[in-house]
Amino acid sequence: MTILSRRRLIGSLGAGAGGLLLSGCDRIVASPTVKHVLGLGEGLTRHTQRLVIDRTALAHEYSVHDMSPVFRTNGNTQPNSTSYQAQAGEGFAHWRLAVSGLVRNPLALSLAQIRAMPARTQITRHDCVEGWSAIGKWTGVPLKLVLDHAGVLPTARYIVFHCADDFEGKPFYESIDLIDAVHPQTILAWGMNDQLLSVGHGAPLRLRVERQLGYKQAKYVMAIELTDSLARIGAGKGGYWEDNVGYQWYAGI
Amino acid sequence: MAELPVSSPAPSVPQGGDIVYRQRAAVRIWHWLNAFTVFVMLMSGAMIFNAHPRLYWGQYGANFETPWLEIGHTDDAGFLRIGRVTIPTTGVLGLTAHSDRAFPPLVTIPSRYSLADARQWHFAFAWLLVVPGLLFWLWGFASRHVQRDLAPTRRELRPAHIWQDIKDHARLRFHTGEAARRYNILQKLSYVGVIFVLLPGVVLTGLTMSPGMDAGWPWLLWLFGGRPSARSIHFICAALLLGFIVVHLVMVLLAGPVNEIRSMITGWYRLPKEKPE
Repeated sequence: MTILSRRRLIGSLGAGAGGLLLSGCDRIVASPTVKHVLGLGEGLTRHTQRLVIDRTALAHEYSVHDMSPVFRTNGNTQPNSTSYQAQAGEGFAHWRLAVSGLVRNPLALSLAQIRAMPARTQITRHDCVEGWSAIGKWTGVPLKLVLDHAGVLPTARYIVFHCADDFEGKPFYESIDLIDAVHPQTILAWGMNDQLLSVGHGAPLRLRVERQLGYKQAKYVMAIELTDSLARIGAGKGGYWEDNVGYQWYAGI
Repeated sequence: MAELPVSSPAPSVPQGGDIVYRQRAAVRIWHWLNAFTVFVMLMSGAMIFNAHPRLYWGQYGANFETPWLEIGHTDDAGFLRIGRVTIPTTGVLGLTAHSDRAFPPLVTIPSRYSLADARQWHFAFAWLLVVPGLLFWLWGFASRHVQRDLAPTRRELRPAHIWQDIKDHARLRFHTGEAARRYNILQKLSYVGVIFVLLPGVVLTGLTMSPGMDAGWPWLLWLFGGRPSARSIHFICAALLLGFIVVHLVMVLLAGPVNEIRSMITGWYRLPKEKPE
C-alpha cells in the first residue's frame, strides 16, 4: 500500500467513523441500561464518600483576605411570586419559616426569632457544578438548632426545603439527609459578607450545606419539611435540578 | 511465562526477525481498558469544561475574575485565549457550524449539551481509571515490571544518551534486533510520566474539585493551592494525556502498526530486522 492510498483510506475511514460515532454515541448515552449502570457508579461514589469522609469533617474555612471581591449570583435572582415580592417589600416583617412534617412541634418562626437564635459565621467556598468557585462569609442559625426546637421524629430521614422561586412555573425545592442536616456548618443563612442577605443571594433565608455543590444551597427558603421519603415530593428525585435536569442528588462531588 | 524467544532454533540472543514475548497480560489488559476509559474521560470532561470554559488560579475564580485560559466566541469567531495570547479557532473550538460551545459535539459525551449526563459518565468511568490503575501499580511493583522495564537506568538518563535517542526518533531510526526488546529511554520517560505523574495528577486534582473530599482530605486543597488551581491542573494533565495519546499513536503507525498492535493484543512481538548502516 502506498503512503498516499493509506492516507486517503485513513482519511475517509476517519470521516465516516466520525458520523457513525456521533449517532452511535448518542444512542448509547440515551440507553436506559447505560443510564442504570452509570447510576450504579453514582451510588458507589456517594457511599464511598460517606465512608471516607468523617460525618463531622468541616469544609475549609477561609480568612477574610481570601474572599471573592465580587460574589456572583446564580440561578434565580428575583422570585416571580407576588406574595414573595410583597413580603420582600415589607422587609419580610410578616414572613414566617414553616417547619413541619415528621416533627413533634411544628414551628412558624419569624425572621426576628431566627436572627435571635445563636448564629454561626463561616467564610467558605461556594462551588458551582459548572466549575467556578467564589468565597463568601455566611451568617446564620445552625439548622440543627431549628430541628432540635421542632423535635425530629425517629422516622424522619430527609429535610426538604421549599422555596419561593420557580423555573417556568416549576417550584424550586431541594433536600438533604440528616447527616448533612446536623453538620455544624449547615446553617440557615440570613447574613452574607457582614450584611443582611440580599434578594439576589436568597433573602430572607438560604441554606448553606458546605460540603456540597452550589445547586444544593437553596435560596428563598419558605418552609422546611421533614419526611421519610423523597418519592412523593416533586418528581421524586429530591430537588428541582435533580428532577428536571438530572443533576445528582448527592452533590458532594 | 516465556520471556525468551521461541523462534527455532532458539538462539541465546534474539535477533531481528525473531518473535519474542514482550507484553505481559496485565500490561495488555490495562492498556486496552485505559484506551477505552481515557477516551470516555476526555470526552465527558470536555463537556464538563463546556459548562464554564474558563480556568483560574487560586482559591476562588468566577466570572468577575480574569481566567488564564478561556475558550469562547465573539459574534462570528471562536477563540482560545491563553494569558494575553488569543488564537483564532473558528470551526474547531468556541464556534463551529454545529455549536457555540467551547468543545464541539463531535468530541463530547454526550454530544448535545448536558452537564448532568457528562458528570454521570465522568464519575462512573473514573472508577475504571482509579481501581485498575491502583491494581496496576501494585502488580507493577510486585512483578518488578516497574523496576525492570520502566525505570530508566543511570546510563540511560545521561543527557548524551537521551539526546541520541531524540535524534534517532526524529530520523525515525527505531531500535532493532535485541535492543528492541526493551523500551527506549523516551518510551520509559513517557510511560513513567503517564503512570506516575499524569494519571495520579488527574485523579487527585479531580478529587480536589469535590467539596466533600476537600472536607474529608483537607491536604488536597493544600497540595494544589485551591479548587480553581486544581481544576486548571486537571485540565493541563488531561491535555498532556491527549498529547501522549497522539504521539503514541503516531509512533505506533511509524514503527509498524500491525506488529505493534499485535504485540499489545497477543503479547508477541517481531523484533525489527537490523538495518544495514
